[in-house]
Amino acid sequence: MLGYILRRILAIIPVMLIVAIFVFLLLRLTPGDPAAIIAGDMATPEQLERIREAMGLNKPLLTQFFTWMGSLLQGDLGTSLISGTPVTTMIGQRIFPTINMALLTIVIAVAIAVPMGVLAAWRHRSWVDYAVMSFSVLGFSVPVFVIGYLFILVFSISLGWLPVQGYASPTEKGFAEFLYRAILPSLTLATIYVALIARMTRASMLEVLGEDYIRTARAKGVKESRVLFRHALRNAAVPILTVIGTGFALLISGVVVTESVFNIPGIGRLTVDAILARDYPVIQAMILITSATYVVVNLIIDISYTVFDPRIRY
Amino acid sequence: MTIHSIRSKGATRVRSLMAGAMMASTALVGASAAWAETTITAVMHSGLRVLDPVITTAHITRNHAYMIYDVLVAVDGTFTPQPQMADWTVSDDGLVYTFTLRDGLKFHDGSPVTMADAEASLKRWATKDSGGQIIMDKTASLTATDDKTLVWTLNEPFAPLLDTLGKQSALPPFIMPARIAATPADTAITEHVGSGPFRFVEAEFQPGVSVTYIKNEDYVPRSEPADNMAGGKVVNVDKVVWSTMPDASTAINALLGNEIDYIESVQVDLLPLLEGDPDVVFEKREPLGYQTIGRMNFKHPPFDNVKVRQAAMKALDQQAILAALVGNPDYYSICGAIFGCGTPLADATGSESLTSGGDLDAAKALLAEAGYDGTPIVLMAPTDVVALAAQPVVASQALRNAGFNVDMQPMDWQTLVTRRASQNAPADGGWNMFFTNWLVPEISSPLVSPMLNGRGDSAWFGWPDDAVVEGLKADFIAAKTLEEQQAVAKKIQAHNMEQVLYVPVGQYALPQARRTTLTDMLASPVPVFWNVKKAE
Repeated sequence: MLGYILRRILAIIPVMLIVAIFVFLLLRLTPGDPAAIIAGDMATPEQLERIREAMGLNKPLLTQFFTWMGSLLQGDLGTSLISGTPVTTMIGQRIFPTINMALLTIVIAVAIAVPMGVLAAWRHRSWVDYAVMSFSVLGFSVPVFVIGYLFILVFSISLGWLPVQGYASPTEKGFAEFLYRAILPSLTLATIYVALIARMTRASMLEVLGEDYIRTARAKGVKESRVLFRHALRNAAVPILTVIGTGFALLISGVVVTESVFNIPGIGRLTVDAILARDYPVIQAMILITSATYVVVNLIIDISYTVFDPRIRY
Repeated sequence: MTIHSIRSKGATRVRSLMAGAMMASTALVGASAAWAETTITAVMHSGLRVLDPVITTAHITRNHAYMIYDVLVAVDGTFTPQPQMADWTVSDDGLVYTFTLRDGLKFHDGSPVTMADAEASLKRWATKDSGGQIIMDKTASLTATDDKTLVWTLNEPFAPLLDTLGKQSALPPFIMPARIAATPADTAITEHVGSGPFRFVEAEFQPGVSVTYIKNEDYVPRSEPADNMAGGKVVNVDKVVWSTMPDASTAINALLGNEIDYIESVQVDLLPLLEGDPDVVFEKREPLGYQTIGRMNFKHPPFDNVKVRQAAMKALDQQAILAALVGNPDYYSICGAIFGCGTPLADATGSESLTSGGDLDAAKALLAEAGYDGTPIVLMAPTDVVALAAQPVVASQALRNAGFNVDMQPMDWQTLVTRRASQNAPADGGWNMFFTNWLVPEISSPLVSPMLNGRGDSAWFGWPDDAVVEGLKADFIAAKTLEEQQAVAKKIQAHNMEQVLYVPVGQYALPQARRTTLTDMLASPVPVFWNVKKAE
């Protein structure tokens, strides 16, 4: 087990290296010039050239790459070309809103989706099942920003219950204020996740509910709730966990939109702003961190299989 | 009971319920304490990322600089230079300007402002600003003779010197401490210390997200009332927070929900959302607004031929483009003046076809005369900037109607700004035409308008090689009175429309929106936060 975890962690290194090379080359092949963005509309070609020189953008590609890699190995993610702020500072300012919102989203999604999926499987082909499946299709199909606007219209504009936008740090402003501001964006973000997890829970539960041991449990007179949540759900958990892990990519893409709609200063917006401004060090750092997070989340999911299914050994 | 009070009560109820449930009421107590100070929360037109007002011409950086720095000279509502940090005298021969610093000015680090700081700041500014470069070409010496006196000696008279020091675009000459102004002009400064009416709170700055300013208690405003960018900069609030909202609808909803106080520019199609709320007003901050323009590439066929450029201009119709761009006629105006309508130099000579629906017959005749062979026109079309998306689409159709073969290439704005710097042939990564917008003060004089640079490869994108316009600009500099300047400006207008250095496509102004609790906002070209009051 320990060897497996170690191997998986070590495997992150070549993955990150490949990602780093691809990201670096792709960015340099994309049209765009951070110097032109800094210089503004009135800059002459000579002024642009001088700014490029000052920013080191005139150096050969290989030199730029090895300079970046060298700094990276020393834990230095570089400095933003546009604002001059260290990338680590920028990420430090922006990562917690995203993490907090993502965690709240996962909690909400699991809390809603798993019971929904179990209910749909338990009442297979009933109106409950059809309602859950209809919601699931809707959740998948409606774009995140449309859901966000609908929530704002209903809960903020019409009812006036929740704020339209903004973020409050739970450590600085308290958990109540955090929740007050984060609930709408998290619900928005959770919708697609709920759809995904509910579908998978239903499918997985349907398969398990047909097994002999479920029939045996019921024949023994075990309470139906215990049959569903203790016997069936636990055995159906592995595919559900897998979908939570793979769905993390959906969460990342959803964060970009949700943070814009609800004006949350997170890393999704940071990444989009950096891409629009061709702020290479920030984009490179963000993609590396996102990839590493994705790999780590899926590693955690893989490890958690052993908790739900003791037969799985690494 | 107003809609707003219903909303507030609903919001308070939910907040209270959560606070009780979570046993975290301390957070709310803390929040109440913060509400005691007067804070204006404003959504500006873009996020602040670059803090050095010399390295970039970005308007948001310029606006930030007006918050924390001060200027020697500022213009009033009639665009007349007025003393701000300094008074001046001019020698009879117009060669020596002596500036005297007013008393009581201190930088935010506590050190007194001296003319040595002004000298260093002006020299750094003049290496980047086109107006500053022209002055420096005529400068014999620029020296702080003591802490209070700066003597600027010219080789030959330069009448617009004070106007250049008082301008708001592209780069106004802000005064910073000499040690900071010693930074090379192509390297961004890392310390942000001014002597202006607000202090920059570095610890709360999040690039592209929010920036916080607090009142500079040490600032000594001039005694005159505030007028445009001149007069007393009296600060009536404790704090100003600029928050960036990438989504226009979110900003509108936040204003309606009393979560913010001010939006610098509102898209006209979103105005109906604000119309029903009595607590919100929207208005034009200042009447001139923007001029939208088309620029052709003089280096490559077919626009290297003046007849083809004339044909393209004849094909365009300002009304059609402005209707697609803005929609509501209250917020745009047909204007054929290259220096902008409503400015002292405005003249519409040669713009008749543009302002009266286009002249397709004339365009076709000119194309035939030029022997246009169907060479495709690469028209760059930015799709991600609302204020620039409509022009190329409407222009493409108008050009096609005249007989042009148009290759409209959609791209994002950043790709466009990179590609327009390329002098390659259009088929090899170059281009033939693009559109952009300028604030009217940025093009209101031949000394500041980038499109009227006729110095070939070192000119602005498009690179016209035009000795005539350069000669006319020299005449403009030599003109001694406004009447003389207007006479030269008329010649430049006529020359522009004959050579089609650029195509003025009309003016528009995006309204600002504010809650009625904000009063006494100045009608200045730059949104400023002195003078304004906020009622609780």
